[in-house]
Amino acid sequence: MNYHITIGHLYPDLLNLYGDKGNIAALQKRLEWRNISVEIKEFCVNDTIDFSALDLVFLGGGSDREQQIVCNKLSEQKAELKEYIESDGVLMAVCGGYQILGKYYQVQNETVDGLGLLDFYTENKSERLMGKVVIQSGLFDDYIVGFENHGSRTYTNHLPLGMVKHGNGNNGEDHMEGVIYKNTIGTYLHGPLLPANPKLTDWLLTKSLERKYGQDAPKLTPLDDTDEDAARNYIVKNYLK
Amino acid sequence: MKFLLRLLCIWFTKITIFFCKLLGHNGTNLAGKIVVRVYPKILTDLSRQVREKIIVVCGTNGKTTTNNVIDKLLTDKGNKVVCNRLGANMTEGAIVAFIRETNWLGKLDADFACLEVDEGYAQKLFCYFEPDFLIINNLFRDQLDRYGEIDLTIGMLDNGVNKLSKTTLVLNADDPLCTRFAKKHSLKTVFYGINQNLSISLNDIKESPFCPICGAELSYDYYHYSQLGNYHCSKCAFKRPQTDYGADQISFNKGLSFCVNEQPITFHYRGVYNIYNVLAAYAVIDQCGLTTDDINDILATYQPQIGRMEEFSFPQKKVVLNMGKNPAGFNQGISTVALDTSKKDVILSINDYIQDGTDVSWLWDVDFETLNENTLHVSTCGLRRLDLLLRLKYANFSSISTEESMKDAIRKALESDSEIVYILANYSATFTTHDILKEMQKEVQ
Repeated sequence: MNYHITIGHLYPDLLNLYGDKGNIAALQKRLEWRNISVEIKEFCVNDTIDFSALDLVFLGGGSDREQQIVCNKLSEQKAELKEYIESDGVLMAVCGGYQILGKYYQVQNETVDGLGLLDFYTENKSERLMGKVVIQSGLFDDYIVGFENHGSRTYTNHLPLGMVKHGNGNNGEDHMEGVIYKNTIGTYLHGPLLPANPKLTDWLLTKSLERKYGQDAPKLTPLDDTDEDAARNYIVKNYLK
Repeated sequence: MKFLLRLLCIWFTKITIFFCKLLGHNGTNLAGKIVVRVYPKILTDLSRQVREKIIVVCGTNGKTTTNNVIDKLLTDKGNKVVCNRLGANMTEGAIVAFIRETNWLGKLDADFACLEVDEGYAQKLFCYFEPDFLIINNLFRDQLDRYGEIDLTIGMLDNGVNKLSKTTLVLNADDPLCTRFAKKHSLKTVFYGINQNLSISLNDIKESPFCPICGAELSYDYYHYSQLGNYHCSKCAFKRPQTDYGADQISFNKGLSFCVNEQPITFHYRGVYNIYNVLAAYAVIDQCGLTTDDINDILATYQPQIGRMEEFSFPQKKVVLNMGKNPAGFNQGISTVALDTSKKDVILSINDYIQDGTDVSWLWDVDFETLNENTLHVSTCGLRRLDLLLRLKYANFSSISTEESMKDAIRKALESDSEIVYILANYSATFTTHDILKEMQKEVQ
């Protein structure tokens, strides 16, 4: 059987901070290396998105202004995006893209309505949380490593993506990093996150395949992750003491 | 009282620099940092004594080259110049640059001051003095972990420019993020830029292609690189301005040559970015009312700073070292290397010390794929060599490896079948690599 995954890359012209290209490359290559065909659909601000045709959605980070444009645009398609998330659609959102999924966030001192799709909110503080992060997720044994840089503090009622072992995470207070709800992951972690954390990438890909093909979904064959593990372990070794 | 304080600061700095020199390291930052705390107004006292003009150079990339070219043009014309030549571009660096040209009685002896200033520090420095000319050469994504986002950098530079009233802005017309400063501030402005399509293609990140005035998307007739090119707003009247100093008849044969206002200019260092660096310097010299007739003679003897396509000869082949501090800088280095069609080895080195930026995600915004042609082998060095290796895994090179020691990497490249070795490194990695290359050259002799 020939398997095929369609990835929707939302607004790469606006949300392209911190090597987000790398996240898309990891998703694409790890499918191609397993002979699963993949198509990347890029959506610009003026495009209408057919979420039902997508198997995986990626929403990156951007500056305040760009985040605002994206939030306004997506609010026009809030119902479709909600349906996608609730029906186990796979969504990964980073930093600015993560914040707009919640109830509200703040730009300077102004509170802005988010899309309200997930149960969390975000407030602003002047001091930025910045640096390397190591977290332990419940999804698999390996640590997840990344880099955070945000002035905002997010407080969530969902399960976190992982517990912070080094760094700050959502708010620097409750030791939680990111959220996970159904097959949606929100996170502050750049790096880019997916190339150096192949287990997380494979988790997203597995969920996409399972949702699309149900019982016929292929099992992902193991890949040689020596380089990935080496890069990740360098951070774990140096920052987890 | 103030006079005494000023003298104390000057003596303290001079003595510190003297002893640091004896001990063999550069102590300028240390002394400068203390003076910033104690008496920052010394900048006002000393800058007032500059006899002619004060020039400040801002811009993500090319600050040091532009500033040092201006310094060389001024100095070779017989002027005494205050200049932070080594690129110490925060408040303390400016203070030390002034004190170096001040005598023990607190008297500054300088016709001009030309200072490169970090975009984030302009707002601090302009509290103490107002330059006659402010060059803004380009604005790219740089060390995001220090300033967050490029909008923050622009905001900080805006705060700085807001403090100015008599300064002439000297802006790169090809960069909409620079020309916006003319629209936002009502200062006298001159523009420089490239007046022809160079037809360069590079798969790089285009920074915020939105109109700084109305927010609509900008349309481009062509790009030179990143967001630099010929643009206009799709909705309002914002567009690339007419240049006062426009480069045309550009050629990259044997270095770099072009014409500005019908005057031919040659420079022996390639790279499109050097057109902007030299144009900016040319514009400022002309604006100061000085002759530009001697510019080619002076440029011919210009020695670039460490790691600007710096060449090292070895019996086997040549090694070229280039610094790139951010995606735009790295991509420029890569496209210059790609112009060379000989068989080559490439060594990449990335550290993540504070001064480098501790986040390396930008490696994924660099178009390493452009290096594929004629490259026999790529090896990675530096603290983050493993992240580099992972990045290269995605770039389809025929042969990649990682080396713990830069010396080993260079040795292997020297022994390979390639004709030339290119080393592309970020900030701190450039300096250590420079020292290693010098040491290896001595060993050969």
